[in-house]
Amino acid sequence: MKVLVTVKEVAEVEDEFEIDGLKIDERYLEYDLNEWDDYAVEEGVQIAEANDDVEVVTVTIGPERSEETIRMALAKGADRAIRVWDDALDGADFVDVATKTDILAAVVEDEQPDLVLTGVQAGDDAFGATGVSLADAIGFEWAAVVNALDLDVDGGVAHLRRELEGGVEELTDVDLPAVLTIQTGINEPRYASLRGIRQAQSKEIAPKSFEDLGLDASVTESEITLTSMYEPESESDATIWEGSADETAGKLAEFLRDKGVGQA
Amino acid sequence: MSDVLAITEHRRGELRDVSYELITAGRQLADELGGDLHLAVISGDVSGFADKLNREGVDTIHTVDEGEEFNHDVYTQVITQLYDELQPGALLMPNSVNGLDYAPAVANHLDLPLVTDAIDFSYNGTLEATREQYGSKVETTVEVDADHVALTIRPGEWPGAEETGDADVVSFEASIDESAVKSTVTGFEEVGGGDVDITDADILVSVGRGIKEEENIELVQELADALGATLSSSRPIVDNGWLPKNRQVGQSGKVVTPDVYIAIGISGAVQHVAGMKGSDTIIAINTDPNAPIFDIADYGIVDDLFDVVPALTEQFK
Ligand SMILES: Cc1cc2nc3c(=O)[nH]c(=O)nc-3n(C[C@H](O)[C@H](O)[C@H](O)COP(=O)(O)OP(=O)(O)OC[C@H]3O[C@@H](n4cnc5c(N)ncnc54)[C@H](O)[C@@H]3O)c2cc1C
Repeated sequence: MKVLVTVKEVAEVEDEFEIDGLKIDERYLEYDLNEWDDYAVEEGVQIAEANDDVEVVTVTIGPERSEETIRMALAKGADRAIRVWDDALDGADFVDVATKTDILAAVVEDEQPDLVLTGVQAGDDAFGATGVSLADAIGFEWAAVVNALDLDVDGGVAHLRRELEGGVEELTDVDLPAVLTIQTGINEPRYASLRGIRQAQSKEIAPKSFEDLGLDASVTESEITLTSMYEPESESDATIWEGSADETAGKLAEFLRDKGVGQA
Repeated sequence: MSDVLAITEHRRGELRDVSYELITAGRQLADELGGDLHLAVISGDVSGFADKLNREGVDTIHTVDEGEEFNHDVYTQVITQLYDELQPGALLMPNSVNGLDYAPAVANHLDLPLVTDAIDFSYNGTLEATREQYGSKVETTVEVDADHVALTIRPGEWPGAEETGDADVVSFEASIDESAVKSTVTGFEEVGGGDVDITDADILVSVGRGIKEEENIELVQELADALGATLSSSRPIVDNGWLPKNRQVGQSGKVVTPDVYIAIGISGAVQHVAGMKGSDTIIAINTDPNAPIFDIADYGIVDDLFDVVPALTEQFK
């Protein structure tokens, strides 16, 4: 069985930052594996540990720089990685769901996985849509926001829980092959061991261009364009207490006492 | 003609608030596009739901009597068929957990550009939608250059429609291909019972990822004890197994409305805010002056929690 896990390198923004046109200035960004994808990788690796003959392959749409991040997934136990990039994506302000869907569908066509795991959303653009859109494109069944998974490989069914709002979980069975979008908390992502990090150095990260996947630049054509990015006007009318920690703690304590807190 | 079709949401016999919000958002968009507002209500007690959804601004309600509860395979088929019949300019869906379980599939199926989690939009020849990125640190606008679009709206951003209306209620007969229904909902479970009920607390001291290590939770617990408050948390604390699920505040945790909510090392992500914005007084302690939590806080301290929290506890000893 083959499990394909989509992983994304996301940018995290420092506390203070500047916007340059339609982007946050590079100086204020740090890159990391998308939080939700970390759980998806862990779930894939756990499936491989619990079943015979499972290969875990990660796929990333990202520039060469992202290989550093992809190696983390390999160090945690994924077998090999695919990284898709093309000149046509260089300088794109943002890649919409349809484009990601087309690219990932081409990878699925190549790899023929039995199960695809994605994160629920990416921490940067937060569209939350790629997994379910991909499922429709490749004719797989799917489930979004999965926080428990019990795979019956022989029966061809995934017994799972979907985490709804308000502390309610839905119990659902979906037929395989499927795309599942993985919610944080489903497992405990492992830290990469030193041994894992060393092994990851020799694992394959296969770069693929659009041409390799039978695509052309037209997949990047989008009806959606980013037109502006700005810091939201602060709606804050919060009173900010200033001073040393002792002083601010004193002011907050006074405020709380006035409210009758802590006077039991 | 540019109509709007909005898909309402219900669960276990109850319409969810976002259904009424979709009416407000849908009416706004239909006015801008110069068309009608159609609602669809799929599964469950559709005629009972249609009565409740019959609010001012709705032109037509399509009831689709298919099954009891949400099933994404059924929803996807019904919505694509209804879309084909009505050919609306915009398809509006909730950015809820269930919305995200069918909207992307529907958009892909119908080849519609998809914008999720919109917090605002306007139409001026082209549709412009406002979204948030990087954990609400920036806002962006995207322009959709197409005659047809799929949009999901963030719950809680539009007021719910209240006035009674006089919409036409019509039943829509979908033809469901049962062989394409490959998922079955087998039940629901409430999670997060246990030792305390944070929804009962008058004062909540809530801890987030800023606490960094499990051992440090003790610091915040001491403060809660000194204040006679209850300890709650944001999601990562529960994901890490540092506190049980019944302590989680937020969209997928508990909705709380204490007199005082003290958010310590919590950024104020939308899914967290959804669970605590109704608190009477919100106080935030965070090193990042731009953290979105300060947008909804009444009082704040921009400083290191490891300095402020012990000092505060000391004040109450
Ligand atoms: C479908 C879905 C459902 C979700 N449901 C929920 C939910 O119910 N509840 C929930 O909380 N989240 C939920 N989330 C997750 C949510 O998106 C955020 O990831 C989460 O709320 C972030 O938690 P946080 O604020 O503790 O951590 P972070 O966002 O990492 O913020 C940590 C904060 O601590 C501050 N900080 C760091 N160090 C210090 C210090 N020394 N002193 C003071 N401050 C410091 C930082 O400046 C930062 O603002 C959900 C997400 C999804 C996709």
